[in-house]
Amino acid sequence: MSVPPALPRWADVGLIPLINVLAALIVSGVVVAIIGENPFEAMMVMIKGAFVYKGSLGYTLYYATNFIFTGLAVAVAFHAMLFNIGGEGQAYLGGLGAGLVCLMFDSMLPALVLIPLAIMASAGFGAVWGAIPGYLQAKRGSHIVITTIMFNFLAASIMVWLLAGRLKAPGQMSPETRSFSPNAELPFIHDIANALGMEIARSPLNLSFVVALLACVGIWVLIWRSRLGYAIRATGHSTHAAEYAGIPVSTIIIITMAISGGLAGMMAINEILGVQHRTILGFTSGYGFTGIAVALMGRNHPVGIVLASLLFGALYQGGAELDFEFSTITREMVLLIQGLIILFSGGLAYMFNRPLAHFLGFLLTPRNVRGGRRG
Amino acid sequence: MADLWLQFLLTVDATLRVATPLILCAMAGIFSEKSGIIDISLEGKMLMSAFAAAAVAALTSSALAGLMTAVVVSVLLALLHGLASITLRGNQVISGLAINILASGLTVTIGIAMFKQGGQTPNLSRAERFRPIELPFAEQIGNLPLIGPIYREVISGHNILVWVALAAVLFTAFILTRTRFGLRLRAVGEKPEALDSAGVSVAKTRYLALIVAGVLCGMAGAYLSTAHGSGFVREMTAGKGYIALAAMIFGKWQPRGALLACLLFGFLEAVASRLQGVDVPLIGEAPVDLILALPYLLTVILLAGFVGKAMPPRAIGEPYVKER
Repeated sequence: MSVPPALPRWADVGLIPLINVLAALIVSGVVVAIIGENPFEAMMVMIKGAFVYKGSLGYTLYYATNFIFTGLAVAVAFHAMLFNIGGEGQAYLGGLGAGLVCLMFDSMLPALVLIPLAIMASAGFGAVWGAIPGYLQAKRGSHIVITTIMFNFLAASIMVWLLAGRLKAPGQMSPETRSFSPNAELPFIHDIANALGMEIARSPLNLSFVVALLACVGIWVLIWRSRLGYAIRATGHSTHAAEYAGIPVSTIIIITMAISGGLAGMMAINEILGVQHRTILGFTSGYGFTGIAVALMGRNHPVGIVLASLLFGALYQGGAELDFEFSTITREMVLLIQGLIILFSGGLAYMFNRPLAHFLGFLLTPRNVRGGRRG
Repeated sequence: MADLWLQFLLTVDATLRVATPLILCAMAGIFSEKSGIIDISLEGKMLMSAFAAAAVAALTSSALAGLMTAVVVSVLLALLHGLASITLRGNQVISGLAINILASGLTVTIGIAMFKQGGQTPNLSRAERFRPIELPFAEQIGNLPLIGPIYREVISGHNILVWVALAAVLFTAFILTRTRFGLRLRAVGEKPEALDSAGVSVAKTRYLALIVAGVLCGMAGAYLSTAHGSGFVREMTAGKGYIALAAMIFGKWQPRGALLACLLFGFLEAVASRLQGVDVPLIGEAPVDLILALPYLLTVILLAGFVGKAMPPRAIGEPYVKER
C-alpha cells in the first residue's frame, strides 16, 4: 500500500464536509424509506420549514446561535488537542450564572449594566466549569474526556437540585426560577427591526446572534493573530516542542479550557436572556453535543463553524417541521442525522479521505508523471 | 430491629437489581478498554439493545428472542466502532459519541414507526419478560430469624440476567488472567507493537475484544427493557452507560474493582430512591439529586489521583500503525 498523497486543502475544507453531510443524509434517507415515507418529501418539508415559511429563517438563525457558541467552544479546545465534550454542562452552568445575576440585580440595575453583567456571569460560570477539568488534566493527569463527561452529569445534578429547591420560584410546581424583569431581556431582532421601521416576522432570534458573530471574530483573532493563540496551537501540535520553546503548557491547557467553557457558557445568553427570560431545567437540550458536530464540520475555523451552525440550525428547525407534517417522522430524525454526521466526519473520517486523496492525486497529477508516482 | 434489618436487606436487594446493567456494561468496558479502545459508546449500545430486546419480545412474545436480537444489534454497533477506531484509525471518542447520539435518534424514530406509541414499545406481559426465579424453600427458609430473610429477599427472586451479570465478572476475570486470549488482549492495550512482533494480529485481537464487549452490552440492554422493566421507554438508559464507565475507571479497569464500584453506585441509587421525599434529621429533605451525583464526583476525585491512582492501559486511544 502506498502512502496516499496528501489531500489538497481546498478538498479537505470544502469537499470532505459536503461528502460527509451527503453520506449522512443518504443513510437517514434510507431509514426514512424503510419507515415507509418518502425521503425526498421529508427533505422538502425540512427545507421549507427551515427557510421558506414565515419566520422560519429567524428560528433557523436562533438555533444557529446556540451552535456557534458550543461549536466555537469545542473548536478552541481542539486547537490545543483537548477534546472538550463538556459543553453541555458548561452551557448549563452558564445559565446558572446568568440566572443568578438576573435574580439578584434585575430590580435595581438598568439593562445596559445588567445584561453585560449577566453575559459575563454566564461566560464566567462556564469558564470555571471548563477550567476545572483543564486543571485536572494539566496538573493531575486525569483524562479530559472522562472528566468533562462526569462534569456534564455533575452540572445536571446541581441544576436539578437548585432549580427544584432553592431557586424555584415560590408557589409554583415546575422546576424553574421566577421570570426576570424586562430589563434583563435581550431584545428580539424582530422588535429591533420594527423599531427601525422594517417588518420582520416574529421569531426567537435575538441580539445574542450578533454576540455570537462577534465571538467568532474574537476567536479568529485569538487563535491566529495573538500570542496566546500561538501558544494554544503550539501546545496542540506538540506538547513537548511547546514546552521546549518555553510555553507554560499546563497553564495554556487550563486557560484554553476556561475559554472553551466560557464560550459554551455563553450559549445560555441566547436561551436564558434571549428567549426564556428565566432559568429552566434542561434548557441546553443536547446543544453542547451538537457543538462537537459543528466543530468537526466547520474544521475548527470560525467561518466553517458559522456555516456548519447554519446547517444544523436548519436541520433543527426543519426537524421541528417534520413533527407537524408526518405522523411517523419526528424531530429525533435530526438526532440521527447529527449522529451520522459526527460518525462520518469524525470516527470514519478516513473512509472518504484516503480514496478521495487517491482519486484527486490521480486527477491532478500530469499524465507523464503518473507512472513514476506508483510503487 | 427486625424491621430495620428487613429494610436494609430490601435495599441490598434493590442494589443488585440496579447494579446488574452497570456490572454487565462495566465488564464490557473492561474488555474494550483493556484492548486499547476507548469505549464511551456503552450507553448507545445498551440503549439500542434495550429497544431491540423489547421490540422483538413484543413481536415474538419471547424474551429469549429479544435477548438474542439485542446481542446481535449491540455487536453490530461494536463492529461499527471497531471499523472506525481499528480499521480506519479514526478518533475513538468521537466514534463512541456518534454511536450514542445515533442510538438516541434511531430508537425513537424506529420505535414510533413500529409501534406508534411515541417511541415506546408496548407493555410486555409477564410471559414476554425474564421472570424472577424463586429459589426452592424461599418462604420456609425465609421465616428463620436474621439469616432467613437474606435468602428470601436478597438471594431468591432475581431473574436470570442478574446471575448472568455476576457470572460475567468471573468470566471476565478468568478470560483476562487465565487464558491466552486474555494475555494477548491485555498486551495489545499496553504495547501493541510487542504483540505484533510476536506475530499476533493487533486488529483481530481488538475486534474480538469489542465483540465480547458488544455481547455484554446487549445483555445489559435486554435486562433494562425485558427483565428489570417491562418495555422500552425512550432514553431509558439515562446515563447508566456512563455510570458503568465511571465504575470501570473507579475499579481501576479490574473486574473485581469494577464489580465493587458498580455495587457501590447501585447502592447509592437504591438508597436515593428509598430516600425520595423522606425527611432526614438535621438536613431536612434528603438531597436525593446530590446522592445520585456521587458516582461522578467520586470518579473525578479518584481519576485526579487524590485517593489512590487509576492508571488506564498505556496504549488506550491510540490507533495502531504497523511500523515498516
